[in-house]
Amino acid sequence: MNPVIKYFSEIVKGVGTLITGMKVTSGYFIRPKEIITQKYPENRDTLIMLERFKGEVVMPHDENNQHACTGCGICEINCPNGSIQILTAKITNAEGKSVRVIDKHIYHLSMCTMCGLCVKTCPSDAIVFAPTFEHAVFDRNKLTLQLNKPGSSIKKGVKE
Amino acid sequence: MVEKREIILGENEPYVINMGPQHPSTHGVLRFELSLKGETVFKVVPHCGYIHRGIEKMCESNTYQQIIHLTDRMDYLSAHPNNEAVSLCVEKALGIEVPERVKVIRTILSELGRLASHQLWWCAFGMDLGALTTFFYGLRDREKILDIFEESFGSRLLHSYICPGGLMNDVHPNFKQRIKDFIPYFRKKLPEYDQLLSGNVIFKERSRGIGMLSLEDAISYGVTGPSGRGSGFSCDIRKSQPYSAYDRVDFKEILFTEGDTYARYRVRIAEMWESMKILEQLVDQIPDGDYTAKMKPIIKLPEGEYYQSVETARGELGVYIVSKGDKFPVRVKFRTPNFSNLFAINHMAVGHKIADLVAISGSLDLVIPDIDR
Repeated sequence: MNPVIKYFSEIVKGVGTLITGMKVTSGYFIRPKEIITQKYPENRDTLIMLERFKGEVVMPHDENNQHACTGCGICEINCPNGSIQILTAKITNAEGKSVRVIDKHIYHLSMCTMCGLCVKTCPSDAIVFAPTFEHAVFDRNKLTLQLNKPGSSIKKGVKE
Repeated sequence: MVEKREIILGENEPYVINMGPQHPSTHGVLRFELSLKGETVFKVVPHCGYIHRGIEKMCESNTYQQIIHLTDRMDYLSAHPNNEAVSLCVEKALGIEVPERVKVIRTILSELGRLASHQLWWCAFGMDLGALTTFFYGLRDREKILDIFEESFGSRLLHSYICPGGLMNDVHPNFKQRIKDFIPYFRKKLPEYDQLLSGNVIFKERSRGIGMLSLEDAISYGVTGPSGRGSGFSCDIRKSQPYSAYDRVDFKEILFTEGDTYARYRVRIAEMWESMKILEQLVDQIPDGDYTAKMKPIIKLPEGEYYQSVETARGELGVYIVSKGDKFPVRVKFRTPNFSNLFAINHMAVGHKIADLVAISGSLDLVIPDIDR
């Protein structure tokens, strides 16, 4: 082919490919409804999070301030990086026996990798994942949480 | 007697500069030590180790269930195949046959992860070459896959979902329908990728004939995955050693023989079509049944050495476990694809300009935590 014709035909072809790409982008310019831009979820009250979202580990309490944790320590053993510490205490129950109950269930959110082994292996389903986000704080100590509420006790009927 | 010499910088000696570790086009903390003459590269020495966390050593003090969440942190853009590799290796050692449902779901997850990873690669590769538009278009489609992940596993990037024996929990009831909605959507959107970037004259000029890697060199450097298949190296583990449900699906192994950056690009675009083909075949065939095989709470592998390799989005990932019958492994070795792929870069980049080095390293689809692990 004549080099001059080849030179100009390559320019035309090249411009053609650029126009093909421009067609795609300008198509969205005309149809702005197809553009998906999500805003930061400021609507906290009406926001529906996906139910399985792994935000942090929490221990659900019922209306009598009771939870299902027996303090067996399986979650502590299964945690790969030591995010969970269980401090137990011995008390004497109504029948006069001394039993082991949970004193503090310490959870280090700053170390947690959300692998889900603690929730999966918990024999009494005492801990679950909560769909919270925004864990940023200014003080690192605020990320060390106590999961059982103060003054809480174990539910009746939960076996060790 | 000391001879007096006058050295003019850059005249006869190579001019050495560092690219990275904070350079945006290395996609992480990787440092290239470049020897230049003018702007022409004639030696590239990659220095890795900036994000070394000692995952292999950490595995030695973790049980086999706990290893899973560490493997997420290697190739975090397609985390499922990493989990799958360890799980398959442990299952192989124990001689456990996982239920059919698990096999099919694992295959679907691997392909979804491959799609998400290739989409992000397409975004980043376009941006390496100066096309910002690709970044938004690719992330738009990747978001759909991450939503599927988030609904079923609760996390978008580091899932820790595939575990020895099966899956952590059953998939969400919407899982099937979401994939069925996604496939027609992405079939409509994938041609846009070609219109935007593949045919673009500037992109073609910058990627054709750049970073040639011949078949012999690809084999001798151990370049696997789409980067190797761009040189005609038939290295797809899914075809050669089928695992999970890959033996029952019909798909093509994409091979291009050119061996340049554009060939590696086209392999990945074609692989996205193939992944959708696999998903379409499997999504209606998820059998009912258990989501996990019966496993003991404490896994102890019998004494011996076990190896299993899978095909991740970047190449062959091998897991080698040495066990002495304890609940902890004695030694774990990961043969990660990016580590082998990276060190072919000196061979590919010699004689090109610095800007071409960015295109070459982008076409290798490097994930730095996978290199250093």
